[in-house]
Amino acid sequence: MTSQGSPSVSQPPARPLWRRALGPRLRAAGLALPLVAFVSVTFLGPMLSLLTKSFYDPEVADALPETMAALRDWDGQGTPSDEAFAAVAREFVAARQERTLGRTANRVNRVVSGMRSTIMGGSREMVDAAAAAEAAGVEMDGAFWRETMIGIDSRWGEPEHWRALQAAGQRLTARHYLKALDFERGPDGGYQRAPEVWRIYVPLFWRTFLVSLGVTLLCLVIGYPVAHMIANSPPKRANVLLLLVLLPFWTSLLVRTTSWIVLLQNQGIVNDFLVAIGLIGDDGRIAMIYNMTGTFVAMTHVLLPFLVLPLYSVMRAIPPAHMNAAVSLGATPFQALRRVYWPQTLPGVGAGCLLTFILAIGYYITPALVGGQSGQLISNMIAYHVQTSLNWGLAAALAALLLGGVTLLYVVYDRLVGIDRIGLG
Amino acid sequence: MRSSGAIVLCVVLVAGCRLAADPPPGSAPGSDAGERSITAVSYGGSYARAVVRGYHESFTEATGVRVDLADFQGGLAQVRAQVEAGAVHWDVVDLSVAETVSGCDEGVLELIDPSILPAGPGGELPEDDFLPEMNTECGVGNLLFSSIFAYNREVLTGPPPTRLADFFDLERFPGRRGVRRSPEAILEMALMADGVPKDRLYDVLSTPEGLERVFRKLDTIKDQVVWWDTSAQAPQLLADGEVLMTMAANGRIFNAQVLEGQPFVIVWDGQVLNRGQLAIVAGTPRLEDAMRFVQHAARAESMAGVGRYIAYSPARYSAEELIDRHFETGTEMWPHMPTNPANMKNHLMTDWQWWADHGDEMLERFTAWLAR
Repeated sequence: MTSQGSPSVSQPPARPLWRRALGPRLRAAGLALPLVAFVSVTFLGPMLSLLTKSFYDPEVADALPETMAALRDWDGQGTPSDEAFAAVAREFVAARQERTLGRTANRVNRVVSGMRSTIMGGSREMVDAAAAAEAAGVEMDGAFWRETMIGIDSRWGEPEHWRALQAAGQRLTARHYLKALDFERGPDGGYQRAPEVWRIYVPLFWRTFLVSLGVTLLCLVIGYPVAHMIANSPPKRANVLLLLVLLPFWTSLLVRTTSWIVLLQNQGIVNDFLVAIGLIGDDGRIAMIYNMTGTFVAMTHVLLPFLVLPLYSVMRAIPPAHMNAAVSLGATPFQALRRVYWPQTLPGVGAGCLLTFILAIGYYITPALVGGQSGQLISNMIAYHVQTSLNWGLAAALAALLLGGVTLLYVVYDRLVGIDRIGLG
Repeated sequence: MRSSGAIVLCVVLVAGCRLAADPPPGSAPGSDAGERSITAVSYGGSYARAVVRGYHESFTEATGVRVDLADFQGGLAQVRAQVEAGAVHWDVVDLSVAETVSGCDEGVLELIDPSILPAGPGGELPEDDFLPEMNTECGVGNLLFSSIFAYNREVLTGPPPTRLADFFDLERFPGRRGVRRSPEAILEMALMADGVPKDRLYDVLSTPEGLERVFRKLDTIKDQVVWWDTSAQAPQLLADGEVLMTMAANGRIFNAQVLEGQPFVIVWDGQVLNRGQLAIVAGTPRLEDAMRFVQHAARAESMAGVGRYIAYSPARYSAEELIDRHFETGTEMWPHMPTNPANMKNHLMTDWQWWADHGDEMLERFTAWLAR
């Protein structure tokens, strides 16, 4: 740009280049500021604060400071010192009277299941014992509490339960991640696999991964021909077909999922039809819902548009002349499809599959409604820990692992295929 | 082609956002200037109707305070979450005794002074008039409900089941079973059906071997179980023929029997009785009205009002005498009540202290078992 005005004598000396460039850059950044602020407040902030909960848990340490101080030097063998017994008793009795002990007990219970009853049931008797001792004028020192507490519940004589208390009192902790990977701390402080009845998360991660993969492949198999048909129809027909793909898209997820219940349930339309035409007997109705089949069918249906649409927009960009040329040069239709058409659709396949897979891996409402017990995925467990057990630390750890898994997948995909090869048309 | 790609991307993103959106949370109570209101939470469906007719309406008439009804499916989770977040929008909650005791320990429920409890219609003192163990520090008893199992006579046409053990007998009664997705009552039922004497049941349940035994018993029917979450689902599953028998709250089955004429039959053998209470969420800004509401609900007339709509036994002796017939159909209510001696030949009273101490642990173990 050249200046049209007359040169001015009072023009300030030229500013360095970087400073001249700063103004427009700041203005450009300012335009993006509302979005950045919005994303930070509604997404990044809550996400970081939740992820923090997966390794930082100050609740027990804050509630029982004296106990934690007394347990700091305990080596985890035998029983702790008399001071620890006295500190625990003092803090339990006080917390019980302030009605805050229940929360602490819930937290400790997550480290070793059963600690809630030990703490709550025990503290009730400890309050009584303290009152009785005071009335009788007995001094309540560490030795007194050691004897009383072990008398109330023999678990106070076992190191395992003290270790649980000690572990729950650590502010920085890996225990949520250990639990999310079905591991636990052994008696010698090492890591070991959890007892078989408690190993649930790793199998669930696998199930989620496999279901998502299966649903993605199913969507691809069903969606590819559909996308091809829409892309190669005359505009009028293509619009109608596109509408058919989009229509379920605009229908509430809940409505679509519930319709599958109506269709697939034991006394549902599909089973009724099969019985009516005599293919199955009335007592041989097929269980197609409230199990893995239900999850697969409903998820494939819900996610199909996410694969069809990217594929469609990529396929529309492929000139039909390519296929014609291949065939006229002697390729069979299948060869033409495999060697000419398919490679050109790969960016769409990549985009669609990645999108479908990532959406599927976080699916939660659909499996909850139609999955029964065998069709539940890891997100349902995260929802359970957020809403029902209120173990947000574990929920955060599970979510972080899921997030890490998806990121890893993205990186692998980038290395193998190249993320820039993804095309949405 | 670029522009069509952009459009498609937009559609995908918009839809993605919509999919990700949570269902709307329960609407907050109205805050019209001048009008006072409280939010009372209970289990929805036919039970909610019974409490609205039973005492919500008469409370509003007497005090001018509007009662907003909210539904939940039991449990302390939402109460804990509201108190922890410092955003209390529920005031009075319908809970089981074990839950109020847990909540009381955690400080998420308000203490209720027993002196607010009203006398009975004949001047009966509350301490004599309430059934045993109905009131606790944070909870005022309102009713007794029962977990039973029931079947549909039109679906189960052969020889009928009569004992609790039949619910677990897939050989004599092949077919799917409806069970609530919660450890409550089903653990007790499984142990009773496995032959554990009632007086030793909770001792057995407290040992690792006892727990093993419960889940071994439950393993025998696990493949055939349809898990339900809301109380209203149980009669629906029976009516649809989705299950051969279902565990249910007795009042829900009763309502389907009298209001919809469903041919359901309740098996009272091995019924698990539990006490229901009203509790107040700690830190509610509407504490005074909430207390008055609990006081109003604790009148024998309120309990009898509920008992004229749904077959749950009142928490006061004086209310038992006020209950006669179903409000709409004129059905005699007493034969359907869980505390009727005819229905109590083999029953278990839930040990609320045990559940208060072990509830979270059982839920954790149960969830782990379900997920396997």
